[in-house]
Amino acid sequence: MSDLQKEVSELERKSATAARLFDIRRIIGGLFVVYGVLVTIAGITASDADLDKAEGININLWTGLGMLALGLFFLIWLRLRPAAPPPPTD
Amino acid sequence: MQASTHTLAEGLRLPTNGLDYAILALYFVVVLGIGFAARRSVRTSLDFFLSGRSLPAWVTGLAFVAANLGATEILGMAATGAQYGVAVVHWYWIGAIPAMVFLGLVMMPFYYRSKVRSVPEFLLQRFDASAHLLSSALFAFAAILIAGVNLYALSIVVEALLGWPQWVAIVVAGLFVLAYITIGGLSSAIYNEVLQFFVILAALIPICVIGMKKVGGWDGLSGNLEQRHGDDFLTAWGGTGIGDANPLGANWLTIVLGLGFVLSFGYWTTNFAEVQRALSAKNLSAAQRTPLIAAFPKIFIVFLVMLPGLVAAALVPKIGTAGSDLTYNDAIPYLMQELLPNGVLGIAVTGLLAAFMAGMAANVSSFNTVFTYDIWARYAVKGRDDTYYLRFGRLITAIGVLASIGTAFIASSFSNIMGYLQTLFSFFNVPMFVVFVIGMFWKRASMKSGVWGLVAGTTAAMVNYFWVYKQGVVDIPTDQGANFVSAIVGFVAGAVVMVVVTLFTAPKPEAELAGLVYGTASPGLEADDGVEAGDSAWYRRPALLGWGAVVLAAACYVPYSF
Repeated sequence: MSDLQKEVSELERKSATAARLFDIRRIIGGLFVVYGVLVTIAGITASDADLDKAEGININLWTGLGMLALGLFFLIWLRLRPAAPPPPTD
Repeated sequence: MQASTHTLAEGLRLPTNGLDYAILALYFVVVLGIGFAARRSVRTSLDFFLSGRSLPAWVTGLAFVAANLGATEILGMAATGAQYGVAVVHWYWIGAIPAMVFLGLVMMPFYYRSKVRSVPEFLLQRFDASAHLLSSALFAFAAILIAGVNLYALSIVVEALLGWPQWVAIVVAGLFVLAYITIGGLSSAIYNEVLQFFVILAALIPICVIGMKKVGGWDGLSGNLEQRHGDDFLTAWGGTGIGDANPLGANWLTIVLGLGFVLSFGYWTTNFAEVQRALSAKNLSAAQRTPLIAAFPKIFIVFLVMLPGLVAAALVPKIGTAGSDLTYNDAIPYLMQELLPNGVLGIAVTGLLAAFMAGMAANVSSFNTVFTYDIWARYAVKGRDDTYYLRFGRLITAIGVLASIGTAFIASSFSNIMGYLQTLFSFFNVPMFVVFVIGMFWKRASMKSGVWGLVAGTTAAMVNYFWVYKQGVVDIPTDQGANFVSAIVGFVAGAVVMVVVTLFTAPKPEAELAGLVYGTASPGLEADDGVEAGDSAWYRRPALLGWGAVVLAAACYVPYSF
């Protein structure tokens, strides 16, 4: 092994990312559920002007529901397949 | 060049309300939150610069595609669609997918197993210090420049859409980027890119859906555009015969060789802002799958930028000409203003700002790695403790953000943001790829051939662009066409010079090439691949993913080729 490979292997052993970094699925799930709810409500309460602007499509409603579904997907995925427990560190 | 065409048209002010601003504010809070939450995972410099080489493939894969999906790309590619029509697909299907697959299947084993922490560091192992220092310095320079382009583009968009003065937008966005990468390092940058990827989808899909309904679906759109621009506007290859005139100013040969081979392989396989995402993956399998997982969304993202461009060209027939105050870059902002009600509008504004910040963050978070590991620790202050380099990395991140704020104004002298970026890539990335591909596949290529290949390729591309094209020595119709030709010229010049220099200088000792060149054994390294249970599942096989992406991209061409 070269010096570089020894140095990087040593840093990999000391690295804390694998053990201590949070799971991004929680953040994506949480943010998209909140966005989904906000935008869905905007869709339910859409004015005629809003609907006319979007060519008669209730785009807030559909986008909101889509975002809500994506958010729930990430939260359920996290629930069903939580990250493997980190290897014991010293 | 006319600087005025670069600013967005006046009158694009969006009718934002409290809901839109709440959506935007929430995003900024989450961005910072990710930075602070990632802070506790940063113990070593490797954590800060490469996430400790421990992220899962789906995260690095989405970050890989999102790092490229900056707002300059989104607005620039919609502009290309509005200007050149369906030909914009070339930048994706031939100008990205083959190179991404090549990176994953062929090059990644050399990159990842050699444990290099950056692209220039590979050159140090394979060639010598002069090639290393040159490529590190060029990369650091280009990264700051491109980060500056992003910041400048952000400020004109924010001024036009939200009415904030340019300096406010620059300072606010710059400080947020500074905060979240300085605190959380690459993990924070990558996590934000993954989040941004989904917000961008939520922003672009509604624009496409409503836009298509407004122009009467694909039939209405194509009827409208064919009448005005001719049949070729809606085909990928129409009018690209050698000698034919087309608005792109390129023929099929320069598209395939210049864009599809040289420019695209240079960008996707040696641009550290991209490769860094793969190097942060947790094992070789995940590193190989990073660009392959990214390839699938990449194939379809083109529709989300092309359709708004085409719709804008249909709705505003004079777009980009003197008869309209809208430039091509206004395509997406114009549709946001015309079509999106409050709520989705907030999502779209958030997506655009997120893309600007992520585009900048990707460049800054690769700049700091190269500057710290490749320049500072190698040539300036050597042999210090790891905590010193971690501290220095945070400092240089802050300096990098400040420097990119200073370079933001350079972007103002080109009329199309994308053309500007492509020009830079053709100068810096073209010789990088030729040096890499010869270095990885030809054992004999000598230590000195690396630096001379880089110098010759960069010089040849620049001479071709600024003298042969700009001075009119050879007639090439457009900047884009000239970029493609410059790339080919730079590639050939770099290759020829490498071969000639190799014939007269000493090769690298074979023992030092183990694991760096095709056909050399790297004892002990294969065992270190970190194979995990489940990596052998069929849907995780790199070869299947890679060839699947190539076949899918080729199939996508079919409806637009006849």
